[in-house]
Amino acid sequence: MSGYIEAQLIILCLSIIYAYGIFLPAASGQLNLGAAGFITLGAYASAWFNASTGAELPMWLSIPLAMIFTGIIAFAISFPILRTRGVYMVLATFAFAEVVSGVAINLEFVGGAAGFPVDDHADVTVIVPVTIAVILFSFYFMSTRLGLSLRSIHDDESVATLFGVNVRTSKVVAFTVGAMLMSLGGSLYGHHYNYIEAQTFNVLLSIYILLYVLMGGTQTAWGPLIGATFFAVVPEALREIAESAGLKWLAEGRFILFGVFIVLLMVFRSEGVMTRTLQDRLGGGLFRRKKPIADDMAGGS
Amino acid sequence: MTEHLLEIAGMHKSFGGLKVIDDVSFNVRRGGRTALIGPNGAGKTTIFNLLTGVYPIDAGTITVDGQDITDVPPQDRVTVGMSRSFQNIRLMPHLSTVENVMLGQHARARKLGDLLFPLGMLPRNRWRQAAEEALENAGVGTYPGEIVSNLPYGVQKRIEVVRAMVSDPKLLLLDEPAAGLNKTETNQLQELLERVSDQGVTILVVEHDMQFVRDLCDYIVVLNFGRKIFEGTPDEVHKDPAVLEAYLGTDEDAAEAENAS
Repeated sequence: MSGYIEAQLIILCLSIIYAYGIFLPAASGQLNLGAAGFITLGAYASAWFNASTGAELPMWLSIPLAMIFTGIIAFAISFPILRTRGVYMVLATFAFAEVVSGVAINLEFVGGAAGFPVDDHADVTVIVPVTIAVILFSFYFMSTRLGLSLRSIHDDESVATLFGVNVRTSKVVAFTVGAMLMSLGGSLYGHHYNYIEAQTFNVLLSIYILLYVLMGGTQTAWGPLIGATFFAVVPEALREIAESAGLKWLAEGRFILFGVFIVLLMVFRSEGVMTRTLQDRLGGGLFRRKKPIADDMAGGS
Repeated sequence: MTEHLLEIAGMHKSFGGLKVIDDVSFNVRRGGRTALIGPNGAGKTTIFNLLTGVYPIDAGTITVDGQDITDVPPQDRVTVGMSRSFQNIRLMPHLSTVENVMLGQHARARKLGDLLFPLGMLPRNRWRQAAEEALENAGVGTYPGEIVSNLPYGVQKRIEVVRAMVSDPKLLLLDEPAAGLNKTETNQLQELLERVSDQGVTILVVEHDMQFVRDLCDYIVVLNFGRKIFEGTPDEVHKDPAVLEAYLGTDEDAAEAENAS
């Protein structure tokens, strides 16, 4: 594998992990713009657990410990944050990420503003299998009754409550598990590049990840995979193709094209590329109708 | 076993200064089919919302099967044995038919093991099979994978009843189940409800279609402006002067209403 392809693959894998971290709460209707915060927590916590100046634990221990650490923080803040909804939740999670960033920059024992070197290295043979595991886990998670509850909450919270769904608990679980996935992604980022600084994990990153999920679609577990893959691959591929074809204007202006595409996507597929209806249409076998609607409507039953 | 499955005593509810439910008391006989009727704005749907815990009540008690549920939070009331359908269809639009019905099973599947069971990955699991069977029995087993928002209105209405039924309720609350249905659909619904009732489920139904109420129900409670003005059998309700005046208006109006229904 060439170095360039490998570097792109790493970016793709990290994007996918981040996206699933945002997708799990988004499936229940939570708009979380705090991705950068959880990624920062994961990256710094794992780096510190791993560092010779810190706990000196091996990477395979420091990463899960970082996930637990992030999970505890996410659990604690989920209660005030989940009292907000819609655009107010966007603001609350954004504020959380800014706080984390501000704290990280000012903590001297993790390098402060100078950044923090990370000891153990995670290469592509670690990151790709972990990414596949995250994807499989997310598909499993969404197929459970808990996943069904989250999708019900997304559609109609009060009806879900009346059928016995504990809305608060389900939302907290989705928020916390999502934060732990983002922590995992952040840890892998640190261990791959072996250097982290809080400024890398800025609000632009949070926005991109939320966009991956919303563009891909929040109704099925395919959404974030499609969204992240599309966003990570297409702009880069467009540059490659344009440059090799000698189209300098396209290589430089590809983000304009991309922006237009996003607007069109939101106009024509506002629920994301992958919706439930589309999934059923594509996966006809499992969900095929037993007989056509017309039979029943004729009053045959 | 108490004779009455549901007992409402001295129920009060105000929104701001407006008294919407004013000292309402009535009982629902176990295994019976009771109708709750009244003009628009009488407080029928509000009573359903108070029973299911959407709003807390200001005063009074609600007893289901001998258990006082006045202070039970809404997500736990379904486990007491009470389930409902809605006036405006409130199926989950992004869930398939079967998934909607599986949501109705939630009250019986709240243990951690049940919550983490991969319903969607194992197509022949017992929950899905039970849901498909329930749909089949209600005559809507034709398209389990279909997204509900694509289905005809009458079918969606029946799916709501099926969803409410799979929680295994003792008391089924139906809010205008026949509204907006044509004659064929109404008959299908009535047939379904009679079968439900024969299984021993107690039914409390809010309905404007008087023909439907007379055909289905054996007891009627009439509300007007948040107060109970009558309770008795369907035969008696037509002779009660207070009901005639409040609910049907004058004789001419009553005759018109008859023709229209």
